[in-house]
Amino acid sequence: MLNFSKINVLIIYFIFVIIGLFSLLNLQNENDRVIEKKINLGLDLQGGSYLLLEINSDSLVKEKIQSKVIPIKKLLKDNGINYNNFKINEKKLSLFLDNIEKFDFLFKSRKDNLVNPYIDNYRSYELEYKKINNNQIEISFSKFGLLTINNSALKQSIEIVRRRIDDVGTKEPTILQRGEKRILVELPGLKDPERIKSLLGKTAQLNFRLVSDNNEFGTDELISENGEKLNISKRIIMSGENLIDAQPSIQNQNNEPTVSFTLDRLGAQKFGRATTDNVGKRLAIVLDGKIVSAPNINEPITSGNGMISGNFTFQEATDLALLLRSGALPTPLIVVEERTVGPDLGEDSIKSGITSLIVGFILVILFMLYKYKIFGLIANTALIANLIMLIGALTILEATLTLPGIAGIILTVGMAVDANVLIFERIREELKTEKSIIHAFDSGYSRAKITVLDANITTLIAAIILFAFGSGPVKGFAITLGIGILTTLFTAYFLARHLTSMVVLNNKNKEIKI
Amino acid sequence: MTNYNFSSKFKHANVFSIILFLISIILIFFKGLNYGIDFKGGTLIELRSINTNASLIRDVLKNMDLGDVNVKKFGKEGDFLIKIEQKNDNNKLIPEIKKNLSDNLNSDVNFRRVENVGPKVSAELLKSGIMAISLSLVAMLFYIWIRFEWQFSIGSIIALFHDVIITLGIFSILSLEINLSIIAAVLTIVGYSMNDTVVIYDRIRENLGKFHKLNISDIANLSINETLARTIITSVTTLLALFSIFILGGEILRGFSFAMILGVLVGTYSSIFVASPILKYFKVSYKTIEKEEEKIVP
Repeated sequence: MLNFSKINVLIIYFIFVIIGLFSLLNLQNENDRVIEKKINLGLDLQGGSYLLLEINSDSLVKEKIQSKVIPIKKLLKDNGINYNNFKINEKKLSLFLDNIEKFDFLFKSRKDNLVNPYIDNYRSYELEYKKINNNQIEISFSKFGLLTINNSALKQSIEIVRRRIDDVGTKEPTILQRGEKRILVELPGLKDPERIKSLLGKTAQLNFRLVSDNNEFGTDELISENGEKLNISKRIIMSGENLIDAQPSIQNQNNEPTVSFTLDRLGAQKFGRATTDNVGKRLAIVLDGKIVSAPNINEPITSGNGMISGNFTFQEATDLALLLRSGALPTPLIVVEERTVGPDLGEDSIKSGITSLIVGFILVILFMLYKYKIFGLIANTALIANLIMLIGALTILEATLTLPGIAGIILTVGMAVDANVLIFERIREELKTEKSIIHAFDSGYSRAKITVLDANITTLIAAIILFAFGSGPVKGFAITLGIGILTTLFTAYFLARHLTSMVVLNNKNKEIKI
Repeated sequence: MTNYNFSSKFKHANVFSIILFLISIILIFFKGLNYGIDFKGGTLIELRSINTNASLIRDVLKNMDLGDVNVKKFGKEGDFLIKIEQKNDNNKLIPEIKKNLSDNLNSDVNFRRVENVGPKVSAELLKSGIMAISLSLVAMLFYIWIRFEWQFSIGSIIALFHDVIITLGIFSILSLEINLSIIAAVLTIVGYSMNDTVVIYDRIRENLGKFHKLNISDIANLSINETLARTIITSVTTLLALFSIFILGGEILRGFSFAMILGVLVGTYSSIFVASPILKYFKVSYKTIEKEEEKIVP
């Protein structure tokens, strides 16, 4: 075990130098990087906000099932199936039929089935029905129909979340899908996430609807911005989808902040027609079910440009314009987890983390020197090499360093010497029975090998499981602990062994104590 | 090499361990664990405000009808930790609390940390924490089973259970908070304690092959003594690192490093006084490992 061929020595030091060199990349000037690799600081160290958002597709499912009512009725009528008692019940449609067999055939036809399309990916129909009794059925979305709605809502939400956050202009945001219902948002450097939270908390579904004179069928009673009860027609003249731009502006006459918007061609046509036909009536601008304002239509607006006023502050006008520009969220988003760390706490954490790392490191080094003298020096050299390689490896992986991650490094320092301790203790034992010093070292290394491996693999298993199950900061701990074990094995078994062999072979004829 | 007679103390040590283990179980079930917001849900606010005190903060929050509110000093002078047991996902709550505190405390308030975990997420985090610990125990069981014989595998798992339960028991009696970083600590303890046990087991296996005439108690005793220097040195270096985190690493890492310190102490003890005696109860002898070798090399 003490004989190294030249090529082996070369390979060992080559690997060490290459990985070690990567650790230097972290010293590069922030703005002038030669190689774009570095260890990233976690939100707990650099400060920032972590938000986990969840979509709630219930309202969307209700909406979608309602939109199936007319096509289903049409299908039944066209094919001469009589029905009655057609009811919408939350996410289900219930109805009585006189010919379920025929309905079944139509409902499950694969060709040009617009009412109940077949989803090829999932080999399933969008809808399913359940027989309640002889002539009553209940129609609802199938499992995969729901999944499709959910997935597209999630994809769309991520896109809109990204647009809104980009629009606010935070640096390097991370926006990722998490599972089937969640969006993870990381905003480094953000001290107060409340504005972003409130921007993400609004679906911003905008529509323009006429104010009706009476509370006839097909109107909603809503309260206007100045407390007036208004009957608003359910018919939507135009919605936010037709907006191509929105900007905050100041109205010249009374210095009031407003939002001016530009419509696409289709929107301009619709808006032009509606305003032409209804001059003199009032037009309600409804945002998320609340009236923003309900001005009079003084003249037809055909230019495709308009303005929304509504007692805004300039900030409110800016936010509304941003929301309208980015588009409406398909479902409301709820913040289900939030973690915000201020930058000063992050700095404190880095300071105390680094201090405890240095102190722990020095204590371990002194202890090893005291215990093993010259071989302690070897173990310490291996330990320093270990630390350099660990930082290099983290840089190569562009890992995120968290506060528990720093704890993982300190722990690695404490536990890394174990490999060398195991080996040295074994050599001590061998020296008692073995006359030849070289033999004693040799068998010490080979006998301790299995133990060192077994002992480290157990910790590695724990680190891997922690990585798989942990989240955020804890994941950072698992990474440093796991990589620390690998660099420990390398430095103990190759670097330290080579250094030991040099000491032993150069002092062949002297007595060596360990 | 040392020559302590460990095996003569196995019986007493085992009775001691069983008592500690049972007390811990009783504590965990009846007194319960002090779950932090990660696992219970709720809001945590760490703030720095020089001219204020905990009761003042409590008074400001009292009028908000927040349910169970806990305010305590945290680390340095002027740092406070507020914990609110708010169970539902109310996205408006945090800005309201922050505004209320800023307006009503007569000094500058610096919100250093705000965390809010909803009920669904906290339930999931708890589940995945329990899963992670269970899975790590199972993985260790299999690893030792593959590397050694089943008696060793059972022995090491019992020792691990012993360590995890007693560490949690101590957390329960001291009402220390269990959060995500404690789960990380417990998993690391599992790894560390296993590491310690494996070193002794390795030596026991080796000595079983060497000394056919010695019984398992003597073999265990010899092996523990042979590896004792290493056991102590590694514990010392690990503890040096951990105490450094505990004292200098700041308030956030304190619980984590405390759990680890406990775990290293209990884990070292259990490798010697729990994992080794169990082999005796399973009547392990040189025949146990010889049989295994015959199977592999026919």
